[in-house]
Amino acid sequence: MKKFFAAAIAGLGLAVTASAASAQAPSTLAQVKQRNILNCGSNTGLAGFGVPDAQGNWQGLDVEYCRAIAAAIFNDPNKVKFIPLSAKDRFTALQSGEVDVLVRNSTWTMTRDASLGIVFTGVNYYDGQGFMVRKKLGVTSAKQLSGASVCTQQGTTTELNLADYFRANNLKYEVVAFASSDETIKAYDAGRCDAFTTDASGLYAERLKLTAPDDHIVLPEIISKEPLGPSVRNNDSGWFNLVKWVHYAMINAEELGVTKANVDEMLKSPNPEIKRLLGTEGKFGETIGLTPDWVVRIVKHVGNYGESFEKNVGQGSLLKIARGQNGLWTKGGLQYAPPVR
Amino acid sequence: MTTIPTETRQPGKASLLYDPKIRGYAYQILLLAVVGFLVWSAASNAIENLRAQKIASGFGFWHNAAGFDVNQKLIPFSASGSTYGQAFYVGLLNTLLVASIGIVLSTFLGFFVGVARLSSNWVLAKLAMIYVEVIRNLPLLLQLFFWYNAVLKPLPDARNSIALPGSIFLNNRGLIMPNPQFGPAFQAVVVAFFLAAFAAIAFYIWSKRQQERTGKQYPNGLITLGLILGLPLIVYFLAGQPLSFDLPQQGRFNLTGGLQIYPEFVALLIGLTTYTAGFIAEVVRAGILAVSKGQTEAANALGLRAGPTLKLVVIPQAMRVIIPPLTSNYLNLTKNSSLAVAIGYPDLVQVFTGTVLNQTGQAVEVVAITMAVYLTISLVTSLFMNIYNKRMALVER
Ligand SMILES: N[C@@H](CCC(=O)N[C@@H](CS)C(=O)NCC(=O)O)C(=O)O
Repeated sequence: MKKFFAAAIAGLGLAVTASAASAQAPSTLAQVKQRNILNCGSNTGLAGFGVPDAQGNWQGLDVEYCRAIAAAIFNDPNKVKFIPLSAKDRFTALQSGEVDVLVRNSTWTMTRDASLGIVFTGVNYYDGQGFMVRKKLGVTSAKQLSGASVCTQQGTTTELNLADYFRANNLKYEVVAFASSDETIKAYDAGRCDAFTTDASGLYAERLKLTAPDDHIVLPEIISKEPLGPSVRNNDSGWFNLVKWVHYAMINAEELGVTKANVDEMLKSPNPEIKRLLGTEGKFGETIGLTPDWVVRIVKHVGNYGESFEKNVGQGSLLKIARGQNGLWTKGGLQYAPPVR
Repeated sequence: MTTIPTETRQPGKASLLYDPKIRGYAYQILLLAVVGFLVWSAASNAIENLRAQKIASGFGFWHNAAGFDVNQKLIPFSASGSTYGQAFYVGLLNTLLVASIGIVLSTFLGFFVGVARLSSNWVLAKLAMIYVEVIRNLPLLLQLFFWYNAVLKPLPDARNSIALPGSIFLNNRGLIMPNPQFGPAFQAVVVAFFLAAFAAIAFYIWSKRQQERTGKQYPNGLITLGLILGLPLIVYFLAGQPLSFDLPQQGRFNLTGGLQIYPEFVALLIGLTTYTAGFIAEVVRAGILAVSKGQTEAANALGLRAGPTLKLVVIPQAMRVIIPPLTSNYLNLTKNSSLAVAIGYPDLVQVFTGTVLNQTGQAVEVVAITMAVYLTISLVTSLFMNIYNKRMALVER
């Protein structure tokens, strides 16, 4: 009932705040500045992407995206309020203005982009959906899962891909869908399901929550494309640009070798691309409502994309995920940013 | 001395404006108009703004393909070809299923505990009291988590099912039973059942009349049972046993085939039943205590034993007090069933305001429909309980 009321209130809130929006509301950036804090929609707890640590500080790749936005605006990565959202509440929270930006391992799909009143700004993590099973079942491929019970979280693309995959491969299955990730993984752990499915990155993160993580394996199949990225309401193109370019700034910084450690030195670089990026030449930051040194702020406080990746999901983390598709385009990956010029 | 002119004492002769009845109507119409206007302007405002925010609106999504699956479904539903509208019905039926069974079970349990609390048996009365206090003072959500774990944890996995007699298996995927497959001739059995039921009712009425007239009692229970079981059974054999069973078979992961009762359903049902029964027990106790002691004493004086006294004298009078709060407990149970979402039981809220809302993004429409459904269920339940209440009230003089 509580959940239901939450949804009901969100729905009503939507109707009400929507009316506020139509009356020429100030831009999102102006609101954020006035509030002096960024409201960032985050995961309720997914290691590597968005999770509060023992001290209550939020950590993760998605979290650092929000910190980078805050750094660019306020020169302070801590001016962010993280609002944990479950899969099924996240878009309503964004629509209703509860959060300024949603960075919560959300898949960019056509429906979400075109009919929810939101837009995705890019892809900060290329992912795909996978399965995890108990080792003792002796399963080596997802194709052998006919007749299995599968636990998943509702309100996700996961739920839909699962149905597609089993239908396409003519396999039978039973789906058990839960509203929260905690309940999903607990039910799987309790033996309610043979398999657990979510984004591959999420599989590794959720596996850490099991009583005996080593008793479980991730199957080799990746059954979908899950481009995960931030989204904003689609009535403020200025804000859309700002959020989008924060990501591009971090990619460009990595590509040009600008790091947390060397950014001050790089300010002296004669390379015109670096000069434009760091604002020693031109005033590109101002075109999106920021200061010319916006990228310096981001890199100083958060780092470039590669640094953030390695720290949160790569070798510097428990997940140890390889760069793979998320490598720079120059290194065979998919991460590519338009130039600052 | 002044005489009051007779006309002024005549009511209704004054202007219509001052007629209290007409005024009453006018106010009500005015209120309705205001409420109507508010609803209309809120709705059109919402539609307008959804459009401005480029959020899809309207009910067109109802016929769009759903693309997801649901495990427990009372009507055919699958990711291939079913629509969001059908998903709505799947969820609604699951809500009605757990609510209606929960209402029946909690009534029985509640009456039992309520009566037990008043029992002269000290242990029984104290046990009932502890039950009521514990159950009523813990949050239902917590109890649901408890039951879900209590159902899941001790049961073996699907490969080591507990085999019960009659090809029934129990494991942490639920209770799997033979699934009855009805042949076409089975219709005759159903018809026979209804005929038997009618016959039983007719006999009951006749025997009551007979008893009133002559005082002779008939074994109503036995005859009813005999009719309702016997007649369909005879027809069943005459029709050549048009019933077979689809037996559960061990598959690689799960038992396949058969009829499955899911652990989520069981946990939710136990949770709702035990919780609501705690409240019903108190309602029943209050109702019984409201019946004056003289009634019991009079019944005893007439030579009635404790059982019949309770059944024939106390409870019928207590019902008057019991029914209104009982109704609100039924409504609570139905609404509480939406906590299903926490343990993955696909009720209306889980399927519709959970998955459908999220996949379509149409929060306003989906939430509005869901609220309308709960309102309707509540109103219909109240209506039936009010009718029942009226009938019970008539018994009193
Ligand atoms: N990328 C998918 C799935 C994202 C998702 O919600 N994943 C789950 C499982 S890893 C999750 O993060 N749950 C955490 C929560 O609900 O707080 C989507 O956008 O629909």
